[in-house]
Amino acid sequence: MNPPDYEYLRRLLKDQSGLDLSVDKQYLIESRLLPLARKSGLSDISALVQKLKTGAPSFVTQVIEAMTTNETFFFRDKIPFDHFRESIMPELLRARAARKSIRIWCAAGSTGQEPYSIAMCLREMGAALAGWRTEIVATDLSQEVLEKSKAGIYSQFEVQRGLPIQMLVKNFKQVGELWQINADVRAMVQHRQLNLLHDFSQLGVFDVIFCRNVLIYFDQDTKTNIFGRLAKAIEPDGFLVLGAAETVVGLTDVFKPFPERRGLYRPDARSASARTSVPGAGMPKIAAMAGL
Amino acid sequence: MRTCLVVDDSAVVRKIARRILEEMDFQIVEAEDGEQALQACKNAIPEAILLDWNMPNMDGYEFLGNLRRLPGGDTPKVVFCTTENDIDHISRALAAGANEYIMKPFDKEIISAKFQEVGLVTSPEAV
Repeated sequence: MNPPDYEYLRRLLKDQSGLDLSVDKQYLIESRLLPLARKSGLSDISALVQKLKTGAPSFVTQVIEAMTTNETFFFRDKIPFDHFRESIMPELLRARAARKSIRIWCAAGSTGQEPYSIAMCLREMGAALAGWRTEIVATDLSQEVLEKSKAGIYSQFEVQRGLPIQMLVKNFKQVGELWQINADVRAMVQHRQLNLLHDFSQLGVFDVIFCRNVLIYFDQDTKTNIFGRLAKAIEPDGFLVLGAAETVVGLTDVFKPFPERRGLYRPDARSASARTSVPGAGMPKIAAMAGL
Repeated sequence: MRTCLVVDDSAVVRKIARRILEEMDFQIVEAEDGEQALQACKNAIPEAILLDWNMPNMDGYEFLGNLRRLPGGDTPKVVFCTTENDIDHISRALAAGANEYIMKPFDKEIISAKFQEVGLVTSPEAV
């Protein structure tokens, strides 16, 4: 790949999706975009860049979707779900006893493994949630992965990574060689297409936000910006769950780490008033994203 | 070092499982069928058993029933690893006392995930 093409793609991905590739990620672009180029009848990355320059919005969308990492599996990393069962839910059951409703947002819902893992956790709680309204909103940049999430159909390999066998038996049915999550669990999850760089205030306010393994692809300013807006989308006593390689430390003071629970954060009451006017917390200045 | 008994009538499957489990720091004992496996357990109860279903002499399901009746036979974590991939077989295995279930084909990631699930290995994310 020639340097001008790489620079063009880096700039496009940064502007349109926030994906922040360092200067040495040519291999990543080639491995993700060459299959798309060939599927589109293009000979190589240069031809793909030429097509992008013609400005076809749907092709820009395809390029961004191909570059967005969707690797995920049920109960990925395990620990966040232990936190969910052992720390988050017990506290919310007490704190929300009057209103009996809990809203959860999976901000990088991908192909559904995370939101459905949360849904299965809630189902396991059974009687404790009787009479409660629980809402799980799964968003993702990619419409293609959201469609997969909505269908809830997974290969044998996918259901074996992280999903305890008892949960498979309880919550899935076999469809030939594949496994589909039961309709009652699917119905617990709402799907919306969303770019985290864009305004998400229309989603409302949540008690828990899972935003795992997506911020690692953004630069520092974008992360700070997103944290500022996440703080406005979370209840003052809510919980933010980040990926194992992610942190708020050094980026923002609107969230603080939850003691002895790695990856778990809460809004910082001391900066609550500041959250209404976080410097730089407005929308990032990015190009309009046709089709996204 | 903890021991894992690998029970499968296929030498190839035993070899692949051995390689994966040795990387996970298990000492491996092999058995070709349920009878050999039961004898191995009478000699020494392992910490883990990776168990095929369809085998000559004594199948995995029958072996599991016999194992759980042995003194100390309730302690090993038993992970079925079989081509019997339908929900009825899985339910039968769980009712018989299996701790986890792997549907063949498998890879290192799946074995590792299932062994984590039953507490045989620690998640790399654990602190």
